[in-house]
Amino acid sequence: MAHGEVRHDYHLVNPSPWPLIGSLAITTLAIGGVTYMKGLFGMPEGTWWLMAVGFGMVIWTMVGWWREVIREGKIGDHTPVVSIGLRYGMILFIVSEVMFFVAWFWGFFEFAIFSDARVGGTWDAANPIFADSLARFQDWPPTGVETFDPFHLPLVNTLILLLSGTTVTAAHHALQHNKRGEATFMLACTIVLGLLFSMVQAYEYTIAGFSYDGTLYGSAFFMATGFHGAHVVIGTIFLIVCLIRLMAGGMSAEKHLGFEFAAWYWHFVDVVWLFLFAFVYVAPHLILGH
Amino acid sequence: MPMDEIALDHAEADHKPGFFVRWFFSTNHKDIGTMYLLFALVAGIIGYSLSGLIRYELAAPGIGPLTGLMEFFYGYQGDEAIAAAKHFYNVVITYHGLIMIFFMVMPALIGGFGNWFVPLMIGAPDMAFPRMNNISLWLTAAAFILLMVSMFVPGGPQGNGFGGGWVLYPPLSGLKGHPGPAMDLVILSLHTAGIASILGAINFIVTILNMRAPGMTLHKMPLFAWSVLITAALLLLALPVLAGALTMLLTDRNFGSQFFVPEGGGDPIMFQHLFWFFGHPEVYIMILPAFGIISHIVSTFSKKPIFGYLGMAYAMVSIGVIGFIVWAHHMYTVGMNVDLKAYFVAATMVIAVPTGIKIFSWIATMWGGSIDFKVPMLWAIGFIFLFTLGGVTGVVLANAGVDHLLHDTYYVVAHFHYVLSLGAVFGLFAGWYYWFEKMFGVKYNGMLGGLHFWLMFIGSNVLFFPQHFLGMNGMPRRYIDYADGFHTWHFWSSIGYAITLVATVVFFVGLIEAFVRRRKAEANPWGEGATTLEWTLPSPPPFHQFNTLPVVKNEGGH
Repeated sequence: MAHGEVRHDYHLVNPSPWPLIGSLAITTLAIGGVTYMKGLFGMPEGTWWLMAVGFGMVIWTMVGWWREVIREGKIGDHTPVVSIGLRYGMILFIVSEVMFFVAWFWGFFEFAIFSDARVGGTWDAANPIFADSLARFQDWPPTGVETFDPFHLPLVNTLILLLSGTTVTAAHHALQHNKRGEATFMLACTIVLGLLFSMVQAYEYTIAGFSYDGTLYGSAFFMATGFHGAHVVIGTIFLIVCLIRLMAGGMSAEKHLGFEFAAWYWHFVDVVWLFLFAFVYVAPHLILGH
Repeated sequence: MPMDEIALDHAEADHKPGFFVRWFFSTNHKDIGTMYLLFALVAGIIGYSLSGLIRYELAAPGIGPLTGLMEFFYGYQGDEAIAAAKHFYNVVITYHGLIMIFFMVMPALIGGFGNWFVPLMIGAPDMAFPRMNNISLWLTAAAFILLMVSMFVPGGPQGNGFGGGWVLYPPLSGLKGHPGPAMDLVILSLHTAGIASILGAINFIVTILNMRAPGMTLHKMPLFAWSVLITAALLLLALPVLAGALTMLLTDRNFGSQFFVPEGGGDPIMFQHLFWFFGHPEVYIMILPAFGIISHIVSTFSKKPIFGYLGMAYAMVSIGVIGFIVWAHHMYTVGMNVDLKAYFVAATMVIAVPTGIKIFSWIATMWGGSIDFKVPMLWAIGFIFLFTLGGVTGVVLANAGVDHLLHDTYYVVAHFHYVLSLGAVFGLFAGWYYWFEKMFGVKYNGMLGGLHFWLMFIGSNVLFFPQHFLGMNGMPRRYIDYADGFHTWHFWSSIGYAITLVATVVFFVGLIEAFVRRRKAEANPWGEGATTLEWTLPSPPPFHQFNTLPVVKNEGGH
């Protein structure tokens, strides 16, 4: 387009196919997901290929879209004022993510604090339908659930994540001082720590003394820690992309928005873990003796 | 508005891309806004047709017209047809609510007018993230497709679609209530619409914080931009919580989690808390942009700056903040602690204070003004009248004691249709007639616009006012049938719908007339009262406006 007379520093983005492709991808993924879960349009339950196609399209959109963004950053579209806008945008995205975790924590607290009220109160304890529930659920965690010792693997994982928070900051400082070798090394350390966290978490899941389905505790525990784990994986991928860009000569000491955002995201994941550690692992252990 | 002198230089770079690229790959806030309006129009017609089915069925006691439909479309006979009709009625009210909220009011007010006029009013060349703006639009369309598909795939044992109401409460939305894929599609549809809205909200906040014209401080920003800023903040904070609740529902249904399943120790009321933590801000999300629009119209046609500009802005801020701490007034009857009820009653009534500030400031703006009763002003005054009425019944319902009687009756239906169907929608039409010529560059016929208003005003009052009486007399909402004693007011309610149907025909006649005649619109048809930046541009504005940014001169006072 003719921008010859444009006299401002904002970024007027060229038309792009990715939003439309992304929307088709999400539609395919959603229809495919329901087909997999329930069966749809004559396809039986468990049909996975449509969901896989949708997922592939989503990945394709992400790669294509963000390649465009990186290219625009390289040719100078990200002026100082646009960079501020991008930073605001990332902060707001993280705010929305925080609110997503609020839902899981809210659920966890409600289930933990009011378990007694839920099964007590107006329930008729003599009724055999309720008697079983009363026996199982008036305690939190419910009878039969063996929770983790927080000062074992969870503490190790806390230390791993905290350490990774320092290495990513060290990488940032190194990059700002144009010590690219050191930045690359520290970023690689962060990624290794991130992968280590995911592996420890996966191992912990395999030795859990309760299952995901069947009890509320398992659902609340695995969904809260599971969504955190998913964010760790996403954050690790984000950092890996930054590492590749760094090694390929991208990102300067002055301008490295992608790296900044990956670091912010990583710190956000870190903080969510601290809350999970404090309230899902430690607090029930200390207060309830489980 | 606070800007008096504006330095402008229209360097017109009207080089538009070809049709397909322009409309499908768009990164232009005005084109995307137009598509949002078109989308809302289509979705609105569908949602409005569904309400027509409701009023058709309820015009007389007995289960009549919908049974006929079931016989006609599915070949059911006798009791089978009646059972199918009952489920279909539930489906109709559910999808009417979901479509009107997520796919009509929100896309029109925020996606449509927000996209069009936030950048114009703050003197920005486009949105902060024009490409992300486009995926918000297309994801909204995708969500609508998913919702439409869900209507025609198996839901509960009674038939297709989800019939548990727009609030999606378990156990109706759980595996026992609706085991079929319809409910899963509804969940994913709302997830998709939620992603679209969150991305849109980020876009609006960044645009408003980062792209205001030089000299336009936040305290000089037009009130519509303020309203969209607050709306976007509410969306950003409320929607992820809904996403969490929907995810719990989805895993409960498909992967054996027990969040809302009492047999596993779960708690269905937990869903209501999470839902209304989103749901209550959601009603302000729908009405705040209308507040912004009304402020501009009242000021324009009274030829006076808005009374108490800062108070108006911060009244919206406080409505937004308090909107987050009143959610459980939707749940008084779930068996909650009486002290908790007392808190929610008090907090809810507090909202009447900033809302009162807004109503009185609009009246004070008109007071002593040189009022011009053009079409947008008619809609704005209609809005103030009807929204106040709905607000007053809201104060009634805020009382937990009274609400125990009125919960889930037609009184509640009347209340929220007065604030939304007559509030948000009147605000929407007010904005439509205020900005139509600016957006499309053609004039509409004022006679038709006025006729549309009067028919709509009379029709919607005849439609919804009797529902207060029905509710007071104990008519429950979401029922397909009723005792004969309710007939009179249900009948009049349906007559009211018929009047709004005529009004809607007049609306489309006016729309078509304007585009057929193509009378060239002026840059500012409203004269000295219209002071915001969009009126400094030609109608329609160039493809890219403000290539040289306007400078808002610093003048004392508003």
